[in-house]
Amino acid sequence: MNNEALKDLLYKMADDALIIGHRNSEWTGIGPMLEEDLAFSSMAQDKIGHAKALYQILHEILGEPEPDKVAFLREDEKLFKCCQFVELPIGEYDFSLVRQFLFDHAEAVRYDMLTGSSFQPLAQLAKKVKGEIKYHTMHADTFLKQLGHGTEESHARMQSALNYAMPYALGVFEKSELENDLISQQVFAGEDAAKKLWLEKITPVIEAAGLQLPKVADDKIVYGGRKGFHSEYLKSLLDEMCEVVRTDPEAEW
Amino acid sequence: MEPLSSDIKTTPTPLTIGDVWAALENVKDPEIPVLTVVDMGIIYGVEISPASTCTITMTPTFVGCPAIEVMKNSIYDEVMKLGFDSVEVKVDFENAWTSDRMSEEAKRKLEKFGLAPPAPFSGELTEAQLNNVRCPHCGSTDTTLRSAFGSTLCRAIRFCFNCKQGFEQFKPV
Repeated sequence: MNNEALKDLLYKMADDALIIGHRNSEWTGIGPMLEEDLAFSSMAQDKIGHAKALYQILHEILGEPEPDKVAFLREDEKLFKCCQFVELPIGEYDFSLVRQFLFDHAEAVRYDMLTGSSFQPLAQLAKKVKGEIKYHTMHADTFLKQLGHGTEESHARMQSALNYAMPYALGVFEKSELENDLISQQVFAGEDAAKKLWLEKITPVIEAAGLQLPKVADDKIVYGGRKGFHSEYLKSLLDEMCEVVRTDPEAEW
Repeated sequence: MEPLSSDIKTTPTPLTIGDVWAALENVKDPEIPVLTVVDMGIIYGVEISPASTCTITMTPTFVGCPAIEVMKNSIYDEVMKLGFDSVEVKVDFENAWTSDRMSEEAKRKLEKFGLAPPAPFSGELTEAQLNNVRCPHCGSTDTTLRSAFGSTLCRAIRFCFNCKQGFEQFKPV
């Protein structure tokens, strides 16, 4: 098995989960209603748990540093492999919901594909995570439909959030040069296959919500994250997220 | 008297696998203090090999469950008390936990505690699992899902139309 290709896949999944987890947690205490505050806080906890489990595989099987070290002590943002979509600030609730819808379906599809991975530790984790993410996509689908059919304002806000988010969401499926090894070794069927399944999942929900799937020209898709090129928002997020740990990296908690 | 289990024959030490399971009955889930880790069904294996070395394999209910470290430490302490020289508590996902692993006894205790037990789970979320949940206060099934997310990762918030009270349910997962 090509370890570099495996690491690449695991790092991008783990970094996505860590960063979206942190973003989700920014709703804690300020959610528009108690249930939604709890929803985003719970999803944050789930995502960070998934990130930790992926970093754990990287540590135990692929010889990378311990989960806390890779999460909090990678000083150079270029070492992060998350997509730019997860880096964007939470914005208003319409954007956070739309991002949750687009991103969590992308994650759900990926984990679903990985349940059949030839890399056993990942296949085992994927089976478990898949069950948890169902609650995330269910949450997103419910709100997309409710607000898509809510008031004129809620409909307009959801559509405009979709239009803004779509070029970033497509960037989740940025291909890696190492991907062919993963495909041929049946570790992961690849980004194109994932994108196709994702579109099949989200299109009917967007239609049921009375919204339009935005068309995005290929040259408008926001790539770069997987290769370490990030938005202006990642640095400040990392500075805040890692602030306490970095004051004393050797502290015992 | 007949031996309790065949494990006794294969274990040369006086400590048996049965002793370990009994000790595990003392370890509660810190988020649901009426259930033990055995009731929860999160213990997948107990091994004594070589003699006086015990390995326990467990798996979390949710990947991000913050209680897992606490339970791991409590299991270690309880089993060490039996007199083993070394105890290892492994956490893995080789056998993923599903809410079907919870014993009937555990589900009964949950309901008494005020938390609706999870409906049987087939791997897919169905309407039936989201509806027809019995209110632990009044027993009515005229209830609805308010939010799939509650006070802990494993709980959803529901509302009962009969007694007009909110309640929590352990999610089928």
